[in-house]
Amino acid sequence: MLTAVSLAILITMGLALARALMGPTVYDRIAAINMFGTKTVLLIAVFAFLSGRMDLLDIALVYALINFIGVVAVLKLVIYGDFHSSGKDNTKPVKVD
Amino acid sequence: MIIDILSWSCLLGGGLLGVVGGIGIHRFPDFYSRQHATGITDTLCAMLILLGLGLQAGMSFATFKLALIFMFLFLTSPTASHALANAAMHGGLKPKLDSATGKDES
Repeated sequence: MLTAVSLAILITMGLALARALMGPTVYDRIAAINMFGTKTVLLIAVFAFLSGRMDLLDIALVYALINFIGVVAVLKLVIYGDFHSSGKDNTKPVKVD
Repeated sequence: MIIDILSWSCLLGGGLLGVVGGIGIHRFPDFYSRQHATGITDTLCAMLILLGLGLQAGMSFATFKLALIFMFLFLTSPTASHALANAAMHGGLKPKLDSATGKDES
């Protein structure tokens, strides 16, 4: 039963990756990677039960934390163009399609 | 025995919802409607799968960890989707409206 669910999650991750590659706009890619990250959390949780090692759930929790922060960081990069590395004033959002 | 059946149905439901969300992300025409597909998979599919795993683990420390994971995903997924759609709207990405309203807007 757990292998069936992990297979379904792997299929969803494949579809999300396909959308990340094909996505016309950069926001599609970010949404697909966000979905991919959430599915990784679920895959780790299911694998923890599959292998019987319950300490893997901590890794799933940390992965959920990092995935959210990663999405927000990429959004900040897309909105403001860079991470204040070039020193120019970039408080204005950058128009990008 | 009831617990097993319940957890299996939750797990299967979560897996199916994930695949449905994955298919939905390919079939919707533009970015904003695709947010609906990713929204489904992030929240309900995760909840069902974590609930199914929690039922199998019974009252134990693992169930508490699963509840923590669910609580965190439950709070951050909508926030991430909102930030993403907000960034897209500010970035100048126009949603695809139907022909009637699309004309007078652009």
